[in-house]
Amino acid sequence: MTATEFALTKSIDARGMACPGPLLALIGAIRQGQVGDTFEVISSDAGSRSDIPAWTQKAKHELVDIVEETGYARFIVRKAR
Amino acid sequence: MWLRAALSRAQRAMDSRGMIEADAPLSLVLFSGTDDKLSAAAVLAVGAAAMGRPVNVFLQYYAVDAFRADRIRADHGVALEATISQAKEIAAYPGQHWSELLRQAKDLCDVKIHACALSMEMFHLEKTDLDPIVDDIEGVAAFMTDASGPITFI
Repeated sequence: MTATEFALTKSIDARGMACPGPLLALIGAIRQGQVGDTFEVISSDAGSRSDIPAWTQKAKHELVDIVEETGYARFIVRKAR
Repeated sequence: MWLRAALSRAQRAMDSRGMIEADAPLSLVLFSGTDDKLSAAAVLAVGAAAMGRPVNVFLQYYAVDAFRADRIRADHGVALEATISQAKEIAAYPGQHWSELLRQAKDLCDVKIHACALSMEMFHLEKTDLDPIVDDIEGVAAFMTDASGPITFI
C-alpha cells in the first residue's frame, strides 16, 4: 500500500526540517484537525522514525502506516480523539 | 517521617520497572548561555512537552543573559569544547532557534521558565529586561518546589 492510497486530509512536506520539526508540524496539524482526519508527514529526519510513532501512541492517535521512500519516509497518522 | 515522605514521593515517580513515570516533570537548570547548549536544552524541553510532560526551566548566570529581550536572537556563540569545524556545522544546521522551540514547547504543555533571583540581582536585571518567554523571577527554593523529580543541569 502506498501513501497515495490513503484519503489524506493534509500532506505536510517536512523534508529538510531538523528534529523535532516534523513532529511539531504533525502535532500542529492534528490539533487543528477533526477526529477521523488523516495526515501525512513527509520527513527526512531520522529522529522522526522513533518520535512520530512514540508521540502517536502517547497521544492516542492512530499510526496508519509508515511508507519508506529513498531518503525519507511518509508517516500516515489518523486523528483518533 | 521526612524520609518516609521522600521515599513515598520517589516511589510515586517510578513505575514498576524502576523507570521515571512517563508524565513526570522535566526540570532543567540552564547555566550556560551559548546557543548550542541552549538549543540542546530547548530540544529536550519541546520533546518532553510533546509527550505531555510538564517542564520547569530555571535560568542561572549566563543563561539569564541569553534571555535578555534585546539580545535573545543574537549570536551567543558555542561551548568551548566545540572545534572550529563543529562550530561551522552547528551554524549551518537548519534547525529552529532555541527560543522558538521553547515557545512551541509552551504551546504544547505546561512549560514554565523561571529566572534565578540571585542571577538577576548579580547582573542588575529586572523582569522587563527579559524576553516575555520568561514567566517570572524565582528563588531556588521555589524552583525546588516545582522540580519534583531529577534535575538536569546544562
